[in-house]
Amino acid sequence: MSNKEKKGWKELPIGGLILNSGNASDYKTGTWRVKKPVYIEERCIQCFLCWIYCPDMAINVENGEVKGVDYYHCKGCGICARQCPTTALEMINEDENYEKEG
Amino acid sequence: MIEQIALTGNESVALAMKQINPDVLAAYPITPQTEIVQLFSQFIADGELDTEYITVESEHSAMSATVGASAAGARALTATSANGLAYMMEIVYIASSLRLPIVMTVVNRALSGPINIHCDHSDAMAARDSGWIQLFGENAQSAYDNMIQAVRIAEIEKLPVMVNMDGFIISHAVENIRPLSDELVKKFLGEYEAKYRLLDSKDPVTFGPLDLQDYYFEHKRQESHVMESVMGTVLKVAGEYKEISDRNYSFLEDFMINDADIILIGLGSTMGTARVAAENIRKKGIKAGVINLRLFRPFPGEKLREILADKKIIGVLDRADTFSLNGGPLYSDILNVLYEQGEKKIVNYIYGLGGRDISISELEDLYIQLDKLKDSAKIENRIQYIGVRE
Repeated sequence: MSNKEKKGWKELPIGGLILNSGNASDYKTGTWRVKKPVYIEERCIQCFLCWIYCPDMAINVENGEVKGVDYYHCKGCGICARQCPTTALEMINEDENYEKEG
Repeated sequence: MIEQIALTGNESVALAMKQINPDVLAAYPITPQTEIVQLFSQFIADGELDTEYITVESEHSAMSATVGASAAGARALTATSANGLAYMMEIVYIASSLRLPIVMTVVNRALSGPINIHCDHSDAMAARDSGWIQLFGENAQSAYDNMIQAVRIAEIEKLPVMVNMDGFIISHAVENIRPLSDELVKKFLGEYEAKYRLLDSKDPVTFGPLDLQDYYFEHKRQESHVMESVMGTVLKVAGEYKEISDRNYSFLEDFMINDADIILIGLGSTMGTARVAAENIRKKGIKAGVINLRLFRPFPGEKLREILADKKIIGVLDRADTFSLNGGPLYSDILNVLYEQGEKKIVNYIYGLGGRDISISELEDLYIQLDKLKDSAKIENRIQYIGVRE
């Protein structure tokens, strides 16, 4: 979110209070990344270790299968890539485009 | 209704606190704490109050417990003085930034050292920029009245209020005061319904989250903005209070200022002495007036600009120094407010540090000095120390 999209002082609740519960998912932590994990589907054995280890619940799962990374929340810590037994997650610089092998 | 009783300032404030009957009061019962919380604890021990009285292990914890209670939705009070205020300062800022309507009496005493326990305003001035509303009283009656009004002001604006009164001079001297009846105070304050409650499990609210570069500034801007409406609220509450007490309060109390050429302005108990000095000196043909400032934060600049517009010379009494070589804290504010009125002569008198008495004749001398300076081309000594040995 850019600075202009955020609420100004006239709109925000007073005192830094957060009035809605369960709002952590609204907070974009994806901008914190320096490196980002890239998901390589062909190498994935669906062991779910990345899903278990990710501290931000930023591994997307659809219909019981790992489908990649939620970049809105992923902070780029690299734990998923580190523990992946088949290198199906690789860390690259945030500003690099990943080209798949082969 | 009790007509008139003789009480010390401490007893007057303790009585006000008893009538306020807060849900929670937290205090650290040792020096530099005052007799106020001791008297209050006696009311509880005697079964006169159902307040949750928390004896904590430090002033820092006293304010922390008060913050916790207030965030939970309780009407919460505490009291402190001097170094106790300094020790709780971290949480003093938290209280205002969380917008909690805490009311705290501060019995103004010197922030040592060298070690001193007597009256000056260095403690209150240390909290000057904390975002609290600061009221000053001149005597036991105004300390009592300010205390009760402070609860309403705090709860309307969701801001903490510091009710200041001079240590020893007000806190320990016995005066006749006219308290309100318990029923009147209860009716005036009503039940407190907090808008946000930390412990409301049906509507949970987060208090005190991390607030970094992206939102902190906005919340601080809110704190400065709310001070604009505080001005109106102080007057509104004073108006309502007049109806039940027949006593007049405003941002300040003026005395013989309409035709005055020379004004002494200051805070606290000295302003009563200044009124006597002004009356005496008028007999010598000097048109003296007094402004006793009640509301110090926020600062009633607009009002002061208006009533000081035609005054030739102003003496600003500061019972604290800033060691900036630019005079005391009130002096800086007055200079700021009157900057656009250009030609004015403004002299700063720093006095009374560590409880040094100031006499009627010393204040008369200030009027005489100001009378001479008002027509002189230049003021040599704009910042003066009164009552200190050379």
